[in-house]
Amino acid sequence: MDLLNALVTTLNFVIIPAVTYGSQLALGALGVTLIYGILRFSNFAHGDTMAFGTMATILTTWTLQAGGIGLGIFPTALLALPVGIAATVIWVLATDRLVYRFYRGQRVKPVVMVMVSLGVMFVTNGFVRLIIGPGDRRFDDGARFIFSAGEFREWSGLAEGLALRSTQALTVVLAILVMIALFWFLNRTRTGKSMRAYSDNEDLALLSGISPERVVMVTWLIAGALATVAGVLYGLDKGFRPFTYFQLLLPIFASAIVGGLGNPMGAIAGGYLIAFAEMTITYNWRRVLNHLLEQDLPPGVAIQLLSVDYKFAVSFGLLVLVLVIRPTGIFRGKSV
Amino acid sequence: MSLNIRNIVLFAAYFLALAMVARFQSPTLAMTILNMGLISAIMALGVNMQWGYAGLFNVGIMGFTAVGGLAVVLVSMPPVPDAVRAGAFGTALGLMIGAATIFAAIILWRRMAPGRLRLAALFAVLIAGWLANRYFFVPAVNAIEAVNPALEGNLGGLGLPVLLSWPVGAVFAAGAAWLVGKVSLGLRSDYLAIATLGISEIIVAILKNEAWLARGVKNVSGLPRPVSTPLELRQEDWVISLAESLGRPVTEVSALLAQGAYAGLFLIVLGALLWLSEKALNSPWGRMMRAIRDNETAARAMGKDVTRRHLNIFVLGSAVCGLAGAMMVTLDSQLNPGTYEPLRFTFLIWVMVIVGGSGNNWGAVLGGLLIWFLWVQVEPAGRWLMDVATIWLGEDSDLRAHLMNNAAHMRLLTMGLALLLFLRFSPRGLIPER
Repeated sequence: MDLLNALVTTLNFVIIPAVTYGSQLALGALGVTLIYGILRFSNFAHGDTMAFGTMATILTTWTLQAGGIGLGIFPTALLALPVGIAATVIWVLATDRLVYRFYRGQRVKPVVMVMVSLGVMFVTNGFVRLIIGPGDRRFDDGARFIFSAGEFREWSGLAEGLALRSTQALTVVLAILVMIALFWFLNRTRTGKSMRAYSDNEDLALLSGISPERVVMVTWLIAGALATVAGVLYGLDKGFRPFTYFQLLLPIFASAIVGGLGNPMGAIAGGYLIAFAEMTITYNWRRVLNHLLEQDLPPGVAIQLLSVDYKFAVSFGLLVLVLVIRPTGIFRGKSV
Repeated sequence: MSLNIRNIVLFAAYFLALAMVARFQSPTLAMTILNMGLISAIMALGVNMQWGYAGLFNVGIMGFTAVGGLAVVLVSMPPVPDAVRAGAFGTALGLMIGAATIFAAIILWRRMAPGRLRLAALFAVLIAGWLANRYFFVPAVNAIEAVNPALEGNLGGLGLPVLLSWPVGAVFAAGAAWLVGKVSLGLRSDYLAIATLGISEIIVAILKNEAWLARGVKNVSGLPRPVSTPLELRQEDWVISLAESLGRPVTEVSALLAQGAYAGLFLIVLGALLWLSEKALNSPWGRMMRAIRDNETAARAMGKDVTRRHLNIFVLGSAVCGLAGAMMVTLDSQLNPGTYEPLRFTFLIWVMVIVGGSGNNWGAVLGGLLIWFLWVQVEPAGRWLMDVATIWLGEDSDLRAHLMNNAAHMRLLTMGLALLLFLRFSPRGLIPER
């Protein structure tokens, strides 16, 4: 039994990618859950808001790169990120002003709001494709690896390599920083507290003099920023393609619902849960088993629960499980 | 439909626009637009049942149409005897073991007392079931896919008449819808939307990857046609003489006739569905559905089982979408899973329903016809508009070239704007609910 090599393989192919992907999902799900908590609808445009923010960041990155400005070992996109966030915030505030506010005033059913968000999604999607095109875009630069598989093998003398890409480390660090900042904001500042109060009980919050428009504005601001950060991190890690971002909607919603819609802590837990489930179920464990059994399995045997093509089935399966067993989610979200 | 002037004018305007296309672009293009428009109208009719009658939000239309398309292959293609011999038994056994495993797991979860023992038993059943499934399923699938992979590599179908696949497509879609509805109806309204989004992605993933079923991304082409092909028509004497008397080339006339035959079939289906939906909407059942939509609590107080009624209508509407999906694959005479894209197959249908008039069957039909027409025609219009709008940048500007390249995406933007504008300023649509 070659435990060490098995462990390194698992770390390299399952745990590190899952933590990275989980951080990206968690950031996305936080945006969805905040919108849900305050504005009380599932925002179908969130995936495309992420695409919009990433597009703005990519365009800024290109401008910076053309001007010869960079961050050395860090990706230039970090420098462009604030511009991307600003652009996205302007975009979501504009959609709120032009579209959502009217329906809020009408106090329509949540499902109508979802329908409206579908329209916003359509427009955002068309806009992004119009500006940057539907194709693949890579915009990561700087150092590719913190340490590569070869370096690790040389250092440790193990048969298996372990690589840590700089975008993976960056994702996790940045995601944790953003989450800490968000929780500090929600729990410690006056605006954050008023947001939580508004989310818990709208009428009571209004009675105590909290301005609803201000709360809504701050929510969009945060959601726009979170969407951009999540989108840029995902794009740095896996490349940007508008359609992929639309498809991220499903795992993101699954994360938010599994954790409990409207509950930020739940969104984070849900994000990591979905990512880990997806990775462990779609990974081919053959290599790990080879090390554990110290003999090669016959060729053609795949120890894989589901092929990678069905990764959406994992999100969907967990979603269904939670809806059947505990519709409020693990962390008791708002309502059923 | 109340025979009011406005509605007649709207439909007349559509057919006038179609006539203009026939006159100034080409008659075959007009027929193509009409055929796809009729199919879109049927899809819109199905979605209108869910949204217009019951307020259910289905974001998985793509999946239901795709599964309807699968039915065409499974029903109408001739079977592949070698593949059936090689792997049909193993595949079926594997699938049955899979289903039995899930069933056993559910029973176990329900019957056993909560605790560690239950969890352990559950895992044991799942793992044993999975191993057994792999043991039979994988070799069988490999054997099937190895049979003449360039042309077949799948099980083929039953070799039955292609028209039979339309109701089968509806049944397939109804099954998928029942599964989703059972889980997510009765909870918050958004959950249904998210669950349908999930199932449609999964259905399309299955179509793309399970090559033994319908060749996956290798596509199935040359599906049997319910009507004569243009090639056959060209040989017929009456077609040749008709072409002579019209003074048009035989190829064009035969193509038009073939498409016209499809249009006739589609019109029959659309007419029947429309008649049925109108009858249903004006029956006690239709009034109950609308009562539930408008005030669930009141309907519940009157003793109506809201969740069950929702499940009924959701399955029914999805079945109509499946039927339309099967019709579309028959029209194309090929199943091409790569082309199923949610923006085109789910969200465009929503634009049709909202613009046409949710809650009104005639509105949905008009929306389907009209929006499909615009979807086809906005692309050249968008290109032209972009051309005019960027002319000041100069002929050799990079930005202009880039924007022109992406001008095709103008229509997403246009359709999204249409949806938002209608929702805001005319939420009842072109032909409002009575």
